[in-house]
Amino acid sequence: MRFFLNRIGFLLLSVWAAITVNFLIPRMMPGSPVDAILAHFQSEGAPLGPNALHALEQQFGLSHAPLWTQYFGYVNNLFHGQLGTSITYYPLTVTEVIGRSLPWTLGLAGTATIISVLLGTFLGIYAAWHRGTRIDATLTTVTMFTSAIPYFWIALILVYLFGFELNWFPQLHAFTTLSNGVPWWRFSADVLYHAVLPGATIVISAIGGWLVGMRNNMVQTLGEDYVTFARARGVRDRRLMVFYAARNAILPNLTGFAMAIGFVVGGALLTEVVFSYPGIGMQLLTAVENEDYPLMQGIFLIIALAVLLANFLVELIYGLLDPRVRQGE
Amino acid sequence: MSISTTAQNPNTVTSGRTRKAGMARMLWSNPRARVGIIILVGMILVAVFAPVLAPYNPSANSFLPSQPPSWTHLLGTTLQGQDILSQLIWGSRNSLGVGFAVGIIATALSLLFGVLPSLGGKLLNTSFSTFTNVVLILPGLPLLIVLSAYLHSSGAVTIAAVIGFTGWAWGSRTLRSQVMTLRQRDFVIAARLAGSSQIRLLTREILPNMLSLVVANFMFSILFGILSEAGLQFLGLGNVNAVSWGSIIYWAENGSALLLHMWWWFIPPGAAIALVGIALALVNSGIDQISNPRLRSTARKGGRNQ
Repeated sequence: MRFFLNRIGFLLLSVWAAITVNFLIPRMMPGSPVDAILAHFQSEGAPLGPNALHALEQQFGLSHAPLWTQYFGYVNNLFHGQLGTSITYYPLTVTEVIGRSLPWTLGLAGTATIISVLLGTFLGIYAAWHRGTRIDATLTTVTMFTSAIPYFWIALILVYLFGFELNWFPQLHAFTTLSNGVPWWRFSADVLYHAVLPGATIVISAIGGWLVGMRNNMVQTLGEDYVTFARARGVRDRRLMVFYAARNAILPNLTGFAMAIGFVVGGALLTEVVFSYPGIGMQLLTAVENEDYPLMQGIFLIIALAVLLANFLVELIYGLLDPRVRQGE
Repeated sequence: MSISTTAQNPNTVTSGRTRKAGMARMLWSNPRARVGIIILVGMILVAVFAPVLAPYNPSANSFLPSQPPSWTHLLGTTLQGQDILSQLIWGSRNSLGVGFAVGIIATALSLLFGVLPSLGGKLLNTSFSTFTNVVLILPGLPLLIVLSAYLHSSGAVTIAAVIGFTGWAWGSRTLRSQVMTLRQRDFVIAARLAGSSQIRLLTREILPNMLSLVVANFMFSILFGILSEAGLQFLGLGNVNAVSWGSIIYWAENGSALLLHMWWWFIPPGAAIALVGIALALVNSGIDQISNPRLRSTARKGGRNQ
């Protein structure tokens, strides 16, 4: 119970930190985003309504109210789900824009992450079991290489090879634009087809960390006395590998999750840009390029919250499975 | 991601100088680490001697555009008629420079937040650790993107500072857990009971025994810096007019290198980044094998067919 409260406390603290960072960045950075926004609207010939102006004031501190008042106004808006209005997609609100792009990212990066965790863990077990052999050396060396290579470069090479040279897979986007009115199963197939290359990029780059982490943990557990004893007792190899060694090696490997998920989010973002995939990462870059500060802030907040929540859930599962975590610290 | 947290054998505690020399010799005798060190030193030399080594001025655009590799242009030319090899050689200055700057900033910060609080009381310790965990969990690249959007086409120094300030938390956490483990070791307790001050304990007993971890952390931070800088440049958020490996790829993508089948434009800079990454990973795995004997791959011989 104490562990549970502890984790909730940390979640709340980190959510507060994310919101506060998001609040402070536009106010502490040089140059005024509000000027950029106003200039944008004036050049478009579409002057802002009083409501929108007021919202902008609250978001970016155009008003000369004390910082504390602005802060409470900002948090209050957040709790009512108001992230402001997007400039690029005016008059859509930031929440609507995010609502459209988030499913794409969750589907792509989420699936790819699950695949790489499963595949990496499995291959890590395999490498550890055959440690010292050529298979082990090959697997660890290859993944050491792949995890040192930038995501966007892998993405570029995959598109170049399989999209432009061989024409096996589509080069850009998440689906064919002329797919209105096609039956849902054909649309799904189209989406899957488009997801192969970006998904492969994320899996290739992310798998290495999981594989090497799992292998090293497993090598440690294989050296433990209880494993030696079980072997001496005549426990079968496969059983020894899965239920004795791997079972205890998996949990510590999850501790890197906080770090890993941050990397995956960043990598997925770059991957989306290469493939013009209509997810949250592509949207973030569009926002930056158009000086769409409300959208930018909103997307950062959503990404941060998603990462915090994912981490919270993993920690909870970790605590449920490993009693030592619950008792420690 | 596989930084080991196992301490070196405390029995090997000798004077600082012989230990450092010993560690360097051990690193050199490890084949993986040796290859990594050779690659790294080679690339640093290229960066230092860029003016001598580069065949042309990297921004001169007076050559025939879009030429594939040839003897006059070993890596071909860009759509704007620049020599890609020269860009690559000059670009190593920016990329490696930012990488090392990030390495230094992030390592300093992770020592500050991970090691120093152990001198203070429990409250200080817990609050610093919580702070570290919060920073660790905030997504780095999106934060970097937002920050650089506000900073507008910033120079290399700003970029390095921003990356360094967003990328120290993981190192801080591993260093901290190592300090906590070492503090429970007999030789540290013995030194404390013998009347060593906290600062002396930290500098003479604990830090020397986690040197390998600090070095590994430094390597990771350099790699993090190079990858982040390249990512930012690729997105066009750094200074796209400064030649760096990331900005070459940015221009390649903007100049439709893929569509024009100009593979010589975007493959070399990415390969250069990957080469640095591999070199750092090699050195790191060497350090890992030295400081964690159980990972040595000769650990198990013929065990399976007993």
